[in-house]
Amino acid sequence: MDQARIRNFSIIAHIDHGKSTLADRILELTDAVSARDMREQVLDTMELERERGITIKAQAVRVTWKGHELNLIDTPGHVDFTYEVSRSLQACEGALLVVDAAQGTEAQTLANAYLAIENDLEIVPVANKIDLPQADPEGAAREVAELIGDTAEHVLRISAKTGEGVADVLDAVIERIPAPAGEPTAPPRALIFDSSYDQYRGVVAFVRVVDGEFQTRERLRAMALGTRFEAQEIGFMSPAMRAVDTLSAGEVGYVVTGLKDVSELRVGDTLTSESRPAAEPLPGYKDVKPMVFAGLFPTDSDEYPELRDALEKLKLNDAALFYEPETSQALGFGFRCGFLGLLHMEIMRERLEREFDLDLLVTAPNVAYRVLERNGEWREVHNPSEMPLEVDDVEEPYVKASIIVPKEYVGQVMELNNDRRGKFDHMEYLSPERVHLTYELPLAEIVLDYYDQLKSRTRGYASFDYDYVGFRPGNLVRVDVLVAGETVDALSLIIHREFAYDRGRLLVERLREEIPRQMFDVPIQAAIGARVIARETVKARRKDVLAKCYGGDITRKRKLLENQKKGKKRMKQVGAVEVPQEAFLAVLNIGQDSRK
Amino acid sequence: MNGGVRHLYVHLPFCAHRCGYCDFVTVVGREAQHGAYVDALLRELELERGLLAAELDTIFLGGGTPTFTEPAALERLLASLPNAREVTVEANPETVTSALAAQLSRNGVDRVSLGAQSFNTALLDVLERRSRGGDVSRAVYVLRDAGLDNINLDLLYGIPGQTPAGLERDLDEALALAPEHLSCYELEAKPGTRFTHAHGAELERQAESMEDYFERVVARLTAAGYRWYETANFCLAPERANGRDLRSQHNLGYWQGHDYLGLGIGAVSTVGGARRRTTPRLARYLESLAAGETPPREEEAIDPDTRRRELVMLGLRLDEPLALAGLETALDERALERLVRLDLVRREPGTLVLTTRGRFLGGGVTADLIA
Repeated sequence: MDQARIRNFSIIAHIDHGKSTLADRILELTDAVSARDMREQVLDTMELERERGITIKAQAVRVTWKGHELNLIDTPGHVDFTYEVSRSLQACEGALLVVDAAQGTEAQTLANAYLAIENDLEIVPVANKIDLPQADPEGAAREVAELIGDTAEHVLRISAKTGEGVADVLDAVIERIPAPAGEPTAPPRALIFDSSYDQYRGVVAFVRVVDGEFQTRERLRAMALGTRFEAQEIGFMSPAMRAVDTLSAGEVGYVVTGLKDVSELRVGDTLTSESRPAAEPLPGYKDVKPMVFAGLFPTDSDEYPELRDALEKLKLNDAALFYEPETSQALGFGFRCGFLGLLHMEIMRERLEREFDLDLLVTAPNVAYRVLERNGEWREVHNPSEMPLEVDDVEEPYVKASIIVPKEYVGQVMELNNDRRGKFDHMEYLSPERVHLTYELPLAEIVLDYYDQLKSRTRGYASFDYDYVGFRPGNLVRVDVLVAGETVDALSLIIHREFAYDRGRLLVERLREEIPRQMFDVPIQAAIGARVIARETVKARRKDVLAKCYGGDITRKRKLLENQKKGKKRMKQVGAVEVPQEAFLAVLNIGQDSRK
Repeated sequence: MNGGVRHLYVHLPFCAHRCGYCDFVTVVGREAQHGAYVDALLRELELERGLLAAELDTIFLGGGTPTFTEPAALERLLASLPNAREVTVEANPETVTSALAAQLSRNGVDRVSLGAQSFNTALLDVLERRSRGGDVSRAVYVLRDAGLDNINLDLLYGIPGQTPAGLERDLDEALALAPEHLSCYELEAKPGTRFTHAHGAELERQAESMEDYFERVVARLTAAGYRWYETANFCLAPERANGRDLRSQHNLGYWQGHDYLGLGIGAVSTVGGARRRTTPRLARYLESLAAGETPPREEEAIDPDTRRRELVMLGLRLDEPLALAGLETALDERALERLVRLDLVRREPGTLVLTTRGRFLGGGVTADLIA
């Protein structure tokens, strides 16, 4: 196809502003999907995605409209996948910026719009949901126009739900978004903007061809990682896979690689031909690193092999997922897993529980820390129990948080951010009613319950997004919890020194409530190194007898004791202390409650 | 011990009234059926006689309220029972008259277990007992006058409305009567019963005092010269009783794992690795035996492993060391080591015994100990 008749674009929007619905309407209108086959949100293949109304993995679909080949590249809608979003955007020349006409711009609208502007995309602003009674298309149009430096008249007014205005959107894609402008005869280069794993065909890469032409059965190379393979099949999605002989400059499609491991082919890397290699890769490749870590343990220790297999399978499709075996004396065998962010963690956890039917115990999430070792080298620590007891320099990751909120809640948000060690950065009025605040916050302060707190303090009106800004020094300490003198490794945490005392006291109080009385006194302590900062005692039981036991009672009393024994076996042993799993759960859940 | 079962239990289910907290197999009133029931018992005894040893160690008549049984029927039963070295009858204090005492004494009964529960009339009312506070001492004197010199008092603690001081007063009154034996139980209110429903909040409050009550009971009775020979049972120490062993020989049979035969509705027997429970339904029981047939029974086979666990569970209730020979596989060796370290269990060559603190925690210790 002549590049002049190709348009590559994405749809970007805040969650629930109608991105997937618009994609569905476009497929319908261009006959890519017959109405009969139309399921809502065709692009979101995973059950979980449909249910949560979010898109996890980007995909690309080719449709035809008025003699043009349009490639719609779907993008994930959350900050955890910012890098994937940015790669998807880089594969496009333009983007539809969709705003809910009843809600106006939200935090992700801003974040995504800025990403699109950074990538030099032509932005086509769209006010969606104009069919809603509470819609304010004019207001929304003004807001979004101001955001991208356009005029309100230029903003399309549509209802993806009813289909009104969707044809105009497609026309605007052709009229306003530039055609690709690669070198058709140069050595081939294609940007990998997504990949997935197919049980039978191996890793499938989704690519945007920038220069030259790719052919089926050609030997290819990923330029950053150096991975080599033969293109077993190339093609495009419409939305089913369609094989073709060539993909040429400006086109979007897929490459079946036969590779067995997604980590060999990372998003952002550049594919080229072995026989006619390009001299330079496309810019912008980055090795994404997990920032949030948590221990995952099977509730039933017999399920450890199943958990391992499940993680292996998920990892096939998700190069960003990190895991390594972890042994906790309290929780048994499990894995320390690393995630791009909170949503990524939630999604993985749900998939493990839902698709693999596992019952999991998840430790409180923590961030990655950088610790200056005695030998002068920096080491990254993913688990509080690995943190040396005595450290001089610790660094923690910071984010720039972007919050949009009605003006009457600004005070509440500021208070929350101050409580969370936030540093005020910027405030502006998007409209007389709505304020955009930016703060720098330690990531550790938002991994627990920040979002819930933000929502509850603003009655659900705040929208929130964040981006990593790097590691900064922090006054951090490791707090250990000791039960009868034994450190419970799963409960260690790293926390700002100022909060250590309160959190330590809360932990030991909760544990005292949860640990049943034993046959001896059980001291529970929170400590920083050798210094105890909080202490409680579970007093020993003084009586535990079966009152009566005569001839007629023996069977029943024996069963009581046998059940009691079984109950003891299910408990986790910390030294000589039997701790029910629920106790750990309750303590691990403290983070989900309010801090106070 | 071969040559047959040496312990016989006979269940007499009749009561004047069913107390709110009671979970025994009881039948209220039905005086007209007492005679028929005794006939059935005697017939069942005939059917089972082959299991019994020529000489019995103990017989225990429990209830119900055995002494509520219509006197002629009771007389017939007592007269027809085989001889035994210890024959115990349970009695409610308000049922004890000099005629009854004479009847028991005359028929070879040598031990009476009185369901006193408390000396406080208000608490007895809460329990829906028919006796008054003064009935216990009167009953004890009447029994002593008839020559009965082995008397047990059952006491309850944790009764709604009870206080530590109230329990102390009950213990004072009990000790003043110098009974040969005392059984002290915590009140176990079964969930879902009328009683629990009526006293829910107060029962929860009482539950918080149970540790204290139990400690008081043990401390008071042992200080008064009683031997704490089983978790909930105390007897006058031999040195206070002219060398007599006043432990309940019948119950000792259960705790030492002897076979026993139970007659009557709801009665349980354990004979040669099988446990069986006779139907608790009076009509079915009478019907079967009137036809000369064995009444319906539930049977449970006790495999050797289970039996060993039972012997550990029962044996550790006693103050005497439990002989371990043959029981090793029933024990969790790691738990045992831990319990020894915690000074809850003492291990001597070939035996195991709970320490004093271990006995207060006997249930938990035993649960831990069994494999």
